[in-house]
Amino acid sequence: MSLLFDVKSNPKRAYASFAALAIVMLVFPFFSANFGNSWVRIVDMALLYIMLALGLNIVVGFAGLLDLGYIAFYAVGAYMTGLLASPQFAAVIESFVNTYPSVGEFLVWLCGPEIVQNGIHLSVWYIVPLGAALAAFFGALLGAPTLKLRGDYLAIVTLGFGEIIRIFMNNLNAPVNITNGPQGINLIDPIRVFGVSLAGEEGSKATVYLGNFSMPSVNAYYFLFLFLCVVIVIITARLQHSRLGRAWVAIREDEIAAKAMGINTRNIKLLAFSMGASFAGVAGAMFAAFQGFVSPESFSLNESIAVLAMVVLGGIGHIPGVILGGALLAALPEVLRHVVAPIQMSLFGKVLIEAEVLRQLLYGLAMVIIMLYRPAGLWPAPKHEDRMTVEADQPNASA
Amino acid sequence: MSDQIMLNIAGVNKSFGGLQALSNVSIQIQRGQIYGLIGPNGAGKTTLFNVITGLYQPDTGTFELAGKRYSPSAPHEVAKVGIARTFQNIRLFGEMTALENVMVGRHVRTHQGVFGAVFQHPAARREELEIKQRAQELLDFVGIGQFAARTSKFLSYGDQRRLEIARALATDPKLLALDEPAAGMNATEKLALRELLVKIKTEGITILLIEHDVKLMMGLCDRLTVLDYGKPIAEGLPAEIQKNAAVIEAYLGGGH
Repeated sequence: MSLLFDVKSNPKRAYASFAALAIVMLVFPFFSANFGNSWVRIVDMALLYIMLALGLNIVVGFAGLLDLGYIAFYAVGAYMTGLLASPQFAAVIESFVNTYPSVGEFLVWLCGPEIVQNGIHLSVWYIVPLGAALAAFFGALLGAPTLKLRGDYLAIVTLGFGEIIRIFMNNLNAPVNITNGPQGINLIDPIRVFGVSLAGEEGSKATVYLGNFSMPSVNAYYFLFLFLCVVIVIITARLQHSRLGRAWVAIREDEIAAKAMGINTRNIKLLAFSMGASFAGVAGAMFAAFQGFVSPESFSLNESIAVLAMVVLGGIGHIPGVILGGALLAALPEVLRHVVAPIQMSLFGKVLIEAEVLRQLLYGLAMVIIMLYRPAGLWPAPKHEDRMTVEADQPNASA
Repeated sequence: MSDQIMLNIAGVNKSFGGLQALSNVSIQIQRGQIYGLIGPNGAGKTTLFNVITGLYQPDTGTFELAGKRYSPSAPHEVAKVGIARTFQNIRLFGEMTALENVMVGRHVRTHQGVFGAVFQHPAARREELEIKQRAQELLDFVGIGQFAARTSKFLSYGDQRRLEIARALATDPKLLALDEPAAGMNATEKLALRELLVKIKTEGITILLIEHDVKLMMGLCDRLTVLDYGKPIAEGLPAEIQKNAAVIEAYLGGGH
């Protein structure tokens, strides 16, 4: 399988497989629309998880910094969208006016009547870069105090950070209501690209019209997420094979030697945290707009662990592996939800094991089996130990 | 005269708790020399190395490279100033290929950031190509060019040592500091290493060398300093060192 996408060793076959993959990805939503929207919706969520996994892969896979609080940056992106693309900001100002009138009046004066009435509604063109930038800032903020930590200690500190963000989101409804607390933020604007709402206009039954052409809303989101995924894959792949990507791997492999080679490990590590977080920020913003709703329970420790599991099971540090891991683990629970109950009904006449229970069981089982038999992941990066034959034929070919 | 001195350190002290690891060490290395540092186990050779390259902070001391003061406060700053080092127990980036290892060494002399990496504008591509070419040249220079695509942890022991030297050379050092490069090598490998070091010397790079193999050192070094219990007990030409009574006593004990 790993040879199918290897541009270096066999460009023709690699481009052919890329083309085949592209066609499958483009046709998929139209094909599966025949079986209802839920399958496309599952893949939409899987694409978001793939974005997350690719971002975490920079931190954990390339730079070797174990981050258990990664979902916090997803939350940052999602909540930023919740505040800046929904009526929520009006509620925030109102809450300030009621609790701290002086601050509230200043905000009213600052924002003007439009925002006080309706909240802020930024377009996707601001939301995506802002989400990336804000999450990157938080990434650096988390990274700064953990620079001297490695392994277990780093994992515990990042875990704490992830929980802090979630608990903040859960409790920032008093004394001033900013995040709406456990109820979450509702009525988040759907994404509009060039005047076309990806949720479909009102009364269109969630159908998006482009001229004479129409498709369900989930399909429109599918193409947006697919586009973002491709952009993120290109960015990570290019970073990986750059001076910075090499510096990240060098830090992972041997931090002291990396320092001795002139790598400013502090800056390069902070960059890894920021880059990884920025992808999560974008994914979070997309998640919020896609769901139209965010609440703290979407950002629990379980989610951090799930994303880490995607990276580790797929093939840590190897982009195609991480994508595979993300796709499998994100789709698995949804597929089970659709398949488990009907199968049991037809076999036993009743549901013996809930899909959710079975999911936990299979998750654990998959982890154990893969760690035992494929410790480097399902699709690990290739190792070059037996390339002798290739190079012996053409000594110093590249010199 | 002063521009002939590559490394000039004076009055270096370093203690770990109550242990005085280095006391008042001063060394002057002439440009283009191979300078040896020998001494019994625990004499402070590697400590001195780590202080010079910024891995440990000295208690006191002044440091000059090619006539310019530098402060060994952080390893990456020292690498930028122009001192590259290898390690006593090999520290390669094991999962990377040999070529990538050397390419990492170019990090400090190149500049491309996120923008260049993502957009791959012409300057970024050119720099990346230069990094690759220079790395391959250096692999060829140390004699392992044919293993460029091999994951470095699968290289033989001697080749790993060579790769570490190539990686250090990639930082364009003025001074190359080698910590026991011949450790664990057999006689043939040692001979080849010796040839390589002479070749590096003829490129005009000054070398500071720690080694236990006294025979190798005597034949290779232009000058030597002998450390014992953190103090320099002798300094001079190899022939002088061999006859020095204090050195003989340090190595063999009193009564000889």
